[in-house]
Amino acid sequence: METLTSLREIQEAIRTGATSCTQVVTSCLDNIQKHQHLNAFLQVYKEEALAQAQQIDVKIAQGQAGRLAGMVVGLKDVLCYQDHPLQASSHILEGFQSQFSGTAVQKILDEDAIIIGRNNCDEFGMGSSNENSALGPVKNGIDPQRVPGGSSGGSAVAVQCGMCHAALGSDTGGSVRQPAAFTGVIGLKPTYSRISRHGLIAYASSFDTIGILTTNIYDNALLLEVIAGADQYDSTVSKTPVPHYYHQPGDSRTYRVGYIKDTLDNEILQDDVKHQTLERLEHLKQMGHQVEPVDFPLLDYVLPTYYILTTAEASSNLSRYDGVKYGSRSDHNGDLTSFYKQSRSSGFGKEVQKRIMLGTFVLSASYYDAYYTKAQKVRKLIKDKTRELFSEYDFIVLPTTPTTAFELGSFKDNPLEMYLADLFTVQASVSGIPAISIPNGNDQDGLPIGFQIMADDFNEQGLMAFAQNILNPSYN
Amino acid sequence: MDQEIRDKYQAVIGLEVHIQLLTRSKLFAGDSNRFGDEPNTNVSIITLAHPGTLPKLNKRALELAIKMGLACHSTISQHMIFDRKNYFYPDLPKGYQLTQDSTPICVGGKIGIATHIGEREIELNRIHLEEDAGKSFHPHDASESLVDFNRAGTPLIELVTEPTLHQPEEAYQLLAEIRKMVRFLEICDGNMEQGSLRCDANVSVRPAGSMELGPKVEIKNMNSLRNVRRAISQEIERQISLVESGHAIASETRSFQEKTGGSVAMRTKEELNDYRYFPDPDLSPVEISDHWLQQIKESMPKLPHQLKTELQKDFGFSADDVEFLTESPEMYEYYTQTLEFVKDPVTALNWLKGPIRSYTKDANLTIADLLLSPMQVGELIALVEEGAISFSQAAQKLLPELLQQPHSKPRDIAASLGLLQIRDENILEETVVEILKAFPDKVESFKNGKKGLLGFFMGQLMQRTDGNVDPKLANELFSKYLN
Repeated sequence: METLTSLREIQEAIRTGATSCTQVVTSCLDNIQKHQHLNAFLQVYKEEALAQAQQIDVKIAQGQAGRLAGMVVGLKDVLCYQDHPLQASSHILEGFQSQFSGTAVQKILDEDAIIIGRNNCDEFGMGSSNENSALGPVKNGIDPQRVPGGSSGGSAVAVQCGMCHAALGSDTGGSVRQPAAFTGVIGLKPTYSRISRHGLIAYASSFDTIGILTTNIYDNALLLEVIAGADQYDSTVSKTPVPHYYHQPGDSRTYRVGYIKDTLDNEILQDDVKHQTLERLEHLKQMGHQVEPVDFPLLDYVLPTYYILTTAEASSNLSRYDGVKYGSRSDHNGDLTSFYKQSRSSGFGKEVQKRIMLGTFVLSASYYDAYYTKAQKVRKLIKDKTRELFSEYDFIVLPTTPTTAFELGSFKDNPLEMYLADLFTVQASVSGIPAISIPNGNDQDGLPIGFQIMADDFNEQGLMAFAQNILNPSYN
Repeated sequence: MDQEIRDKYQAVIGLEVHIQLLTRSKLFAGDSNRFGDEPNTNVSIITLAHPGTLPKLNKRALELAIKMGLACHSTISQHMIFDRKNYFYPDLPKGYQLTQDSTPICVGGKIGIATHIGEREIELNRIHLEEDAGKSFHPHDASESLVDFNRAGTPLIELVTEPTLHQPEEAYQLLAEIRKMVRFLEICDGNMEQGSLRCDANVSVRPAGSMELGPKVEIKNMNSLRNVRRAISQEIERQISLVESGHAIASETRSFQEKTGGSVAMRTKEELNDYRYFPDPDLSPVEISDHWLQQIKESMPKLPHQLKTELQKDFGFSADDVEFLTESPEMYEYYTQTLEFVKDPVTALNWLKGPIRSYTKDANLTIADLLLSPMQVGELIALVEEGAISFSQAAQKLLPELLQQPHSKPRDIAASLGLLQIRDENILEETVVEILKAFPDKVESFKNGKKGLLGFFMGQLMQRTDGNVDPKLANELFSKYLN
């Protein structure tokens, strides 16, 4: 049987009787089995998914199925799913089960999506290669020597290899877009506050968004439409009405498109990535879009701002993992301080510990103003300047990542350099605007290259339409 | 301490008062805010800081905090955020406390207190909202500590005064006034023993006349008004003794010791945490609309000092009497309800501060615990007013019996106890005539000038009627037959 990937195809095939939810799930389970060595799933809910598929097949027969009937979804191990294990790929949450489903998870379940398992990721979403998982690295489906990107690496590989049709990940600085680029799938980070964070393990609360990984824009748009919107459990979520993203993708309008010139002149940019990006820009011009270079002089400040603020928030967000109430606790012999030290030192991996310490440092009384306060001001500037760009342009485009997927262990001796992998994705995170990564050809080794499109706040609709327009102009 | 030495110094005192708000649920979670439940029964996943949970602000807590601010003439912040105060302790589930560091809900303000030199207004620095921590227990015979998270996340306001108090008595008066205010506002039960009202005192001393502040010592764990006064008093003397003997005062936190009235050091300033305050990114900024603020203003009840002024103006009561009637909202309420059944405000007052107070005091009750309704008290008073029973009979016999049978009518009990005075003139007249017939010689003596015999006749009458006679009426009848 030909592998169906888009929900439209799947639903059509189910309608005509060519397949069923059960067959679709079985096919995903086969792919999971076949790609076990990639370590994309921490746990597969096989029996549960099959049972769910049977029920949904009945619902479909009765004409009562939800909008996501036939879709198989993977959950990054930072999303709460009631009565299922949840550990953020960390030892510190070993044995923990969530007592509730997050809003996004509940919403896809209500629309009859089938959750097939939880995906491996960098511990607490901290990393760009998925090598920071306490449960082993995830490997890229194109080349198992290569990383899949991170932190939603397991989610990206699961979608890449047909283990599921879509995955919900989280994106704090590029954690959905960067792995999407490395694996050749589509990764959306919506506007900050577009999707409720209720049920998303916090890394850096003012940056965290749930992100969506799919193989096509339609599925991405539909999932966004289902999970976005106001929520009584999250006071920071936007009440902006959710439009019908799903009916919109694909149009033939011409847009004003700006590309940040500095990103293409950056010395760390891989030649093939530069070449493909320039080709894409040329292609956009040929399509009739107005394409112009723009300056963004604050680019150098984006990454430091991001790391100061996210580590500050993380140091506080991760304080709750102390071994007192749940999760792993060291067999301590000693006073309270040593109890904390032992539990947290053995529970958290090195990268997480590093970020907690960094964050504690930037919030400490003596350095607060020099780092935290200043970074807040710079963030405001970056937001304002980024938003200004959208008074002149509909979209800003740039490569998703400076390079294609690198080999496992490349940054073993110089972990800070890996932070540069997020160089092009953090601007949207710092600014809170929506951004999407779409495939843009391959490099000489056949590794996928990502093309990133950023739009103004809450313009996911435009973003989707433009992305679809680029990916598949024939749909129009 | 020698008064002469004491007078060489001035104490500077500031109070931090924690007031637990009477909301149904917690500050950021839906679980119950109830004291005294089984440990760890009011603990939702938000309270326990499960991964993926977010706080949600309780609007009612905001409203109660605003009420306190309005009562204190504070400026109400209409735009505010919550900050995280970061520290590790097992009873703090998130590893940080949500509080207001940079934008307290109420800024400034003042509270009037009575002092020996007259009325004083104590300036406030701020009132802010925050969540409480859980409770840790360290049993002596166990190797492990225990934590109860029922209290974790319950709403508090912290009222911080400016350091402008100078006498332990002023601190006592201020705290007493705050306790009254929160009770009249119905935002807190004001129970210091159970910890719903807690007070920390910052105390320093300086040479009289100096403007510089001495090193500050914070005293915690005083669980009654009286202990706050004791603790501050002893702390002032401790500090003066140190200075007098040439020692430095350590800036530290000390814990009050109930037995001695003194305190022991808990931690020094150097050991204080760096709390790394920063705005909580999980809560959106809070806006208080003009409309809502206006609604809260309109819902404000009268406060003790307003009621005192009214009582003095309307009835001419003394300062002590109005103090007594406004000592708690229950007392004031009881009094005003009693007035619905009793015409004379003074009579009602005298009953409350006389027989009823002595009963509640002996039984260790408050007026709120009294099983008698104001209506019953009104009926009791009416019996006396109409002359059906004497005041002393009512206070000494009827009231105690009524308290034993709180669901009965006073008149019925008085009747069953035979306390009702015979007011039927015909019955009384017969008895009077009988007595006079029985003692013709004494009648003769009376008529010859031995007027003192009236007492004898009255005695006879009392004997034959078990004392249930209206003395005035009896007097009139004897006069009629003897003169």
